[in-house]
Amino acid sequence: MSRPRPEPVQVVKERRDRALKTLVGGIPYVQWLGIQFDRRGDELTATLPFDEKLIGNPFLPAIHGGVTSAFLEITAMIELSWSMLWEDMEKGALDPQSVDDAHLPRLPKTIDFTVDYLRSGLPRDAYARARVNRSGRRYASVHVEAWQDNRTRLFAQATGHFLIPSRDKSA
Amino acid sequence: MTDPTAAQQFIEAIPHSKALGMTLEEIGDGRAVISMPYDTRFIGDPATGVIAGGAVSALMDTCCGAAVMTFPGARGTATLDLRIDYMRAAKPGQRIIARAECFHATRTVAFVKATAHDEDEGLPVATASGAFTMESVTRAPGAKTEGAQ
Repeated sequence: MSRPRPEPVQVVKERRDRALKTLVGGIPYVQWLGIQFDRRGDELTATLPFDEKLIGNPFLPAIHGGVTSAFLEITAMIELSWSMLWEDMEKGALDPQSVDDAHLPRLPKTIDFTVDYLRSGLPRDAYARARVNRSGRRYASVHVEAWQDNRTRLFAQATGHFLIPSRDKSA
Repeated sequence: MTDPTAAQQFIEAIPHSKALGMTLEEIGDGRAVISMPYDTRFIGDPATGVIAGGAVSALMDTCCGAAVMTFPGARGTATLDLRIDYMRAAKPGQRIIARAECFHATRTVAFVKATAHDEDEGLPVATASGAFTMESVTRAPGAKTEGAQ
């Protein structure tokens, strides 16, 4: 029995990176905060490069609690969207060529979001990774962790519930 | 901080709140009202033009912190935890107004609730509840402070 030849690695990478770029690049607030996403296979890591406009306490100085919250929420939402997009892409149910600015997948809606502030956000780059703990037909529960210099010393973590957009309407 | 002008200056000195265009509408006695104008840069869902939940979080966090700052005897604060419930999408084009109240504080912890509305004063866009650190005047100065605000 002969297997079909696997696709060249560059073709696969290019397709996945383009889908991610379209997903992230289409959201103005993500661009305004300067958040970027790195991909290793299906794993995403969000980076929030430090900027003066992110400061909440100029005396310490420290990153604004709202920035931390926004960073975590965006990371959770993109992870959830990405996990759905990835699944569709790998199954062949979604033609990545059809994912462009005009045909973005519908984004999940946040139902609630609870942030646990563990340490003050220092004036330097921050990183975050999210984990989809449960994703059903309608609802998803996502946990997200953020750190700065040390991966094991989190400065904030959060859990959120999201409403999943109906699949038949997604691009 | 019981002097409202000092609190106002404090809010205006927060670079991120300034970057989001926040305006302090009312403040004092453990309560604060802060508004944020609609801005296309803060859109979270390009399909609808609705403001990002994160921007609403930043507004709620600032407003809750400001409420704690004006609670009698408070000297400083930082967010310990904040939960936000999103009831409905804010109408694109409308400003968002947050109202926060610090309804109880011990020497070390402040408890706050907040709501956010767009120009429709009915159902809130979002509600928040949080716990904040409390640095009160009764605590020894020079005590170790750490927080995320």
